[in-house]
Amino acid sequence: MKYLCLVYLAPDVWDACSDSDCAAYGDTLRNRGQLLGGTPLHRTDTATTVRVRNGEVSVTDGPFAETKEALSGFYLIDARDLNEAIQIASKIPPARYGSIEVRPTRELAIAP
Amino acid sequence: MPAAEIARVRAEIDKLYRKDSRRIFATLIRLLGDFDRAEEALADAFRAAMEKWPAEGIPQNPGSWLVSAGRFKSIDKQRREKRFDHLEDRPDVAESLTDDSAAPDALPELLEDDRLRLVFTCCHPAIAPDAQVALTLREVCGLTTEEIAAAFLTPAPTLAQRIVRAKNKIRDANIPFEVPAREQLAGRLDSVLRVVYLVFNEGYMASSGEAPTRADLSGEAIRLCRLILELLPEPEVRGLLALMLLHESRRETRHTASGEVILLDDQDRSRWNRALIAEGAELVRAALSSQNFGPYSVQAAIAAVHAESPSSGETDWNEIVGLYDLLLRITPSPVIELNRGVAVAMRDGFDAGLAEVDRLLAAGKLSSYSLAHAARADFLRRLGRHGEARQSYARAIELTAQGPARRFLERRVAELTT
Repeated sequence: MKYLCLVYLAPDVWDACSDSDCAAYGDTLRNRGQLLGGTPLHRTDTATTVRVRNGEVSVTDGPFAETKEALSGFYLIDARDLNEAIQIASKIPPARYGSIEVRPTRELAIAP
Repeated sequence: MPAAEIARVRAEIDKLYRKDSRRIFATLIRLLGDFDRAEEALADAFRAAMEKWPAEGIPQNPGSWLVSAGRFKSIDKQRREKRFDHLEDRPDVAESLTDDSAAPDALPELLEDDRLRLVFTCCHPAIAPDAQVALTLREVCGLTTEEIAAAFLTPAPTLAQRIVRAKNKIRDANIPFEVPAREQLAGRLDSVLRVVYLVFNEGYMASSGEAPTRADLSGEAIRLCRLILELLPEPEVRGLLALMLLHESRRETRHTASGEVILLDDQDRSRWNRALIAEGAELVRAALSSQNFGPYSVQAAIAAVHAESPSSGETDWNEIVGLYDLLLRITPSPVIELNRGVAVAMRDGFDAGLAEVDRLLAAGKLSSYSLAHAARADFLRRLGRHGEARQSYARAIELTAQGPARRFLERRVAELTT
């Protein structure tokens, strides 16, 4: 089963984990066949929000998270069940500074 | 079959339902992997028994028969749903439905382990604490949503919603039905024991008279803990069972008939339940003789010293202070420090107890905890410092929401001389 592990960090610890640590853990998971995808993200001040209302596209700057934790990256993993997903998430390096939200993924509900 | 025989079989099925339906349910969850399907299968299985057993007789192993019938009906249902949904080409569904009925004679085993698996699932830390308690009572103990709602003074729809949400999460996030591996057991067992103790306390701490189902809650907690101990003989499971039995032994003497509080000192010790005390004390000894006991075992040891003392004056307060010291080393907490302070007062005098409580209050940790002010007031009263006692009682009363405890404090104030 696939789970998305969303990494949340506050601005003051955004760079607390080195990229090499995160890359090493990604490699460990990939070698076990448990990493399906993942990437770090730039800070929230680079974000752009897109909406479509009444057929019109609106584009705005942000949203910014000034002091709160914000999404800083994700790992898409393959785990047997939630227990294994929790185990994997607990070893994601930034878990020590921020938090990891573990979400089960689902299939699109469409007729075959 | 004669009518009397049919009635006998029906009565037997009723009995089986009361005694074993939750075990059968737990096994069905393992086999079907889904709460709702298992619940449906359970109902179908008992319906099938009602239809068949009066004519065919009660099978040799009724529990396995019911599991087998429930599973068969559920799989049959899924096959029919599958045909409706045109999912034949989905290999995952087809596969899960075909490996069955290969050996129709091999009856599935009804495992007590299944109930333990279910306990660990219901008490999974990924489920909200409130929902863990509700789900355990509903799914493991078989209480109805209305019963749980009444016991926890929560509106039934709120509680039902909490349970549905938890069950959806178990399904969607794939929380497994399993007893955790040994290296994760300690942490996971904590959350199971916490739920058991919460259920017990909900039934024990509430004043009498208001909700009759509450003593039942304590009984459920004790039953559940016995089941866990049988399958998982860990020291802390033993310790928690001991603690609950020792508390339970005093249930009848803690309140007057009208629900007023009677303190430990004033309880009629001849009415304490000796059988429960003996069992609890034995469990404590076993727990403490292991190397890795925890806070429940130490709390049980304290309860055992009280339970085995003929009176408050003859209680070994020195041992109790020592046990509180041990407890504080395992789980530091200002409330435990307060309890230790009360034991110090009993051992060394009320001056010493007052000094302990004042030290805690000065540290600011317990300033809005009513029992800290109540203890201070009590020591001052016994020392004859009634003016100061009155002030502390007033503060304690201000902080007490519970009716009987409030009335107790107000009676004490009324007894003071100015």
